[in-house]
Amino acid sequence: MAEPAVTRAAAPAVDYDDIQGLVRFGHGHLTHACFLLLRVANKRRARIWLAQAPITSAVAVDPPPPVALHVALSSAGLRALGVPDDIVEGFSPEFVSGLGRDESRARRLGDVGDSAPSRWQWGTGERRPDVLVMLYATTDTLDAWRDRISAQVEVAFELLTCLATDALSGTEPFGFPIGLTQPKIDWARRRAVEDRDLLHWTNVACLGEFVLGYPNEYAGYTDRPLIDPARDGESGLLPRAEDAPDRADVGRNGSYLVLRQLRQDVRGFWRFLDEHAGGNAQRRQHLAEAMIGRAMNGEPLVGRTGRAIDGIDPQHDASSAFDYGADLHGLRCPQGAHVRRSNPRNGDVPSGSDGTIGRVVRKFGFDSAAREQDLVASARLHRLLRRGRSYGRRLSLDEALADWPTGGGRADDEGMGLHFMCLNASIARQFEFVQGTWLGGTRFNGLPEESDPLVGQRDPPGEGEAGDHFSVPRADGQPARVEGLPTFVTVRGGAYFFLPGLRALRYLATV
Amino acid sequence: MVVAAIAHGRGTALKELLASMNVRPGLCDPTNELLPFALFERLHFARLLIVDDPTLGDLTAYGEQRPKLPVYLVFMGDCDGDAHGFLREMAERAAVGLGRIFSCCEGFAAAGSLAEWLVAHDQRVHARYVNRIGRTVLQVHEERALQRALSAQVPRDPFAPHADPLALCSVLRDFVAAEQRAGRLTLTPAAPTPFAWRLWNLAHAIGIPLLGLVVAPLLILFSPLLVYLLRSRETADPVIAERPSAASLAQLQSLEDHDVTNPLSATGAIKPGLFRRLLVTAALTLLDYACRHVFYRGHLMRLQTLHFAHWAFLDDKTRLVFASHYDGSLDSHIDDVVNKVARGVNLVFGNVVGYPRTDWLVKGGARREQAFKAYVRRHQLPTQVGYKAYPGLTVVDLLRNTRIRRGLERTGMSEREAREWLSLL
Repeated sequence: MAEPAVTRAAAPAVDYDDIQGLVRFGHGHLTHACFLLLRVANKRRARIWLAQAPITSAVAVDPPPPVALHVALSSAGLRALGVPDDIVEGFSPEFVSGLGRDESRARRLGDVGDSAPSRWQWGTGERRPDVLVMLYATTDTLDAWRDRISAQVEVAFELLTCLATDALSGTEPFGFPIGLTQPKIDWARRRAVEDRDLLHWTNVACLGEFVLGYPNEYAGYTDRPLIDPARDGESGLLPRAEDAPDRADVGRNGSYLVLRQLRQDVRGFWRFLDEHAGGNAQRRQHLAEAMIGRAMNGEPLVGRTGRAIDGIDPQHDASSAFDYGADLHGLRCPQGAHVRRSNPRNGDVPSGSDGTIGRVVRKFGFDSAAREQDLVASARLHRLLRRGRSYGRRLSLDEALADWPTGGGRADDEGMGLHFMCLNASIARQFEFVQGTWLGGTRFNGLPEESDPLVGQRDPPGEGEAGDHFSVPRADGQPARVEGLPTFVTVRGGAYFFLPGLRALRYLATV
Repeated sequence: MVVAAIAHGRGTALKELLASMNVRPGLCDPTNELLPFALFERLHFARLLIVDDPTLGDLTAYGEQRPKLPVYLVFMGDCDGDAHGFLREMAERAAVGLGRIFSCCEGFAAAGSLAEWLVAHDQRVHARYVNRIGRTVLQVHEERALQRALSAQVPRDPFAPHADPLALCSVLRDFVAAEQRAGRLTLTPAAPTPFAWRLWNLAHAIGIPLLGLVVAPLLILFSPLLVYLLRSRETADPVIAERPSAASLAQLQSLEDHDVTNPLSATGAIKPGLFRRLLVTAALTLLDYACRHVFYRGHLMRLQTLHFAHWAFLDDKTRLVFASHYDGSLDSHIDDVVNKVARGVNLVFGNVVGYPRTDWLVKGGARREQAFKAYVRRHQLPTQVGYKAYPGLTVVDLLRNTRIRRGLERTGMSEREAREWLSLL
């Protein structure tokens, strides 16, 4: 089915014109943003607007654009726009079913208790968004940009909510740096399209891990609708599929976008740590850094790795130049730390001698030391391109540790957190795996009774299961352990979207 | 594996009966009235499964008629000791419930002996994987209690220095001894392996390779023909890997992830023709041999999340049933399978109708990620009742608990060994 049809020599250049800029750029220079969640009110007008929306493409321009606009559609949105069912159902099952509608998915992702979809502010039932409009600008220009686009969309859409963000500062509300070590996408398509095991972690990712219609790390293609080119009309908007040249590819140059509003209990986080550190500021920070897996200044806890890592520039991204090969027991960075869980930086086969015999022995599982390191899936197959932005008033550490404010002060706390956003080509293998198995799961690397110290669920399904521990391995014996971790992060809303290529969006708005 | 055809018109009643054995869909009640699994102390896992294969129609891709095969009720269990003895014990202690369940099946005579009826319907499992041969249910429970007691006993302060590891070990040993005396902990010594079993196992270990030696010259002699037969099929066999409908996927998922371990049941028709029939028989023989004599100590190649697995033919080798209990979600399990044991999986399931294209028996297939994932979901069956004797425990947990016990029972630890042992807690 998924024959590796493309070789290095034949790979055609990527058409940046047809890709939304968000896939290639995080718009770091556009420090202000807001996300409009819309429902289609007038189908005809909605289609007209989408067909000519001024979307920012991935073409690099100098100077970078003063504002940017991106549009993504949910499966409900595609249906509301009148896209035929067979095209909608050609997208991946996770996208079609959606984030908040399925109890099984909620259980698997850990969206239970206070994070259950039934408690979300948006994302389910009548508050399920059809269209996501992302606006990026600077301090001076955001209001005008939002007003302009709002005026355009209000005749066609009903505004569910506008997710505001705070000015981009490089840190999230707990105070740690955010967005470090993004995967390096192989835009030039230099990476060989072949299915083989890699011994070491690489930060380079095949284009097909994030952009639909291109080969991924398995040299295959992920789910997206392929249609009879005759349905594309005479204008012929859609490119042909690389893996099926007689079909038109609706997904090509698009990506799946996951948006989740995560409320962060900043006071709860720091007060819990303070209590466990006995009020000692140094210990408090030490414990926080152990939970996060990075120092507050962004430095890795394990030090840099001697070998060069594919896809990491040791000069410009020095704080990303590490893996955990020299810290297998988690003595410097606990295995359960948030950053280590989200990206374990391991290869496909456990490390060991590079000789053929050693490799074969490890591949058959005969090496017991290698088996102990083999409990975590290979990192390169489960990567996310993160595009989140934080929101809400920032609390200083002193404020967070102070007694609860009287009066309306607590209302602020509701409004602090992260609009988590990520792009991926397989929601199941990338976002859902990372969220469900690595962060939410209670057996990451075999660790019992603990889920992610920041975002994990504390009450996993299963009899007698606890998920509220955090263990810190020690060289001198049993791991230290913090117990009774409260929930620091609560899901307040979320949805799966398709971020179409520019021509595909015009097609979907006119089909 | 007890296999019985469901009587005409009784399917719905049977499904309702099986549903009544669950606390909620996907979560079995271990003390349910019909078959209180928890009564049977040597039972690790069990399942009741309705084998109704909606993919049998895929055979029409070979120009064959859709075969008219019965819908089966299958009982599978993994127990310590003798299987027939277990069936008899079950028939004795849960006669009423089992009678109600199997009375939905053809030829069930409530008047006859239930035990003999079960034994008569017991079919051979052609390949079987056991994560660790010889680990009993009793051992699992005792070692879990030990791990919990010890884990709660050690100091956990992140900031205070630890005590001397050797001293701490000795304190913990005394603690366990006191708990044992008080009857709060038991550590039953392993029962000796039955001599007859060891003899048979040894004969099997030698016999199968001998058989291979006999057949090998023939294989070599006919290898050009075999290669031709294989390649002509591999390049032409139809691939049928459409995604299942959203409704059937949702039904399967609703039964999953109620515990750290999930049951997986799947079925499919063997590709027509003698060649595939012999090939799949050889593949399962090889697999069974490897499971029994090579991969019986905690891992199946690199896979460390599989508790038990069964591969069994039905209807004179026209179809295959696969049943396993694995840790984690199905998506993560399938990723594990794709990345770690794709070749072995291809060798066996490459002989099933519609499987993603393989090359040279082991290449491709499961590595065609999207097609393989769709294929698994398409052939998966909802497991009506799935029982596990030790909820909350993964294969890795079981191994850790055993290592804790072994360390406790070892004398003369060095300081380094003591630290390593403590790090397990």
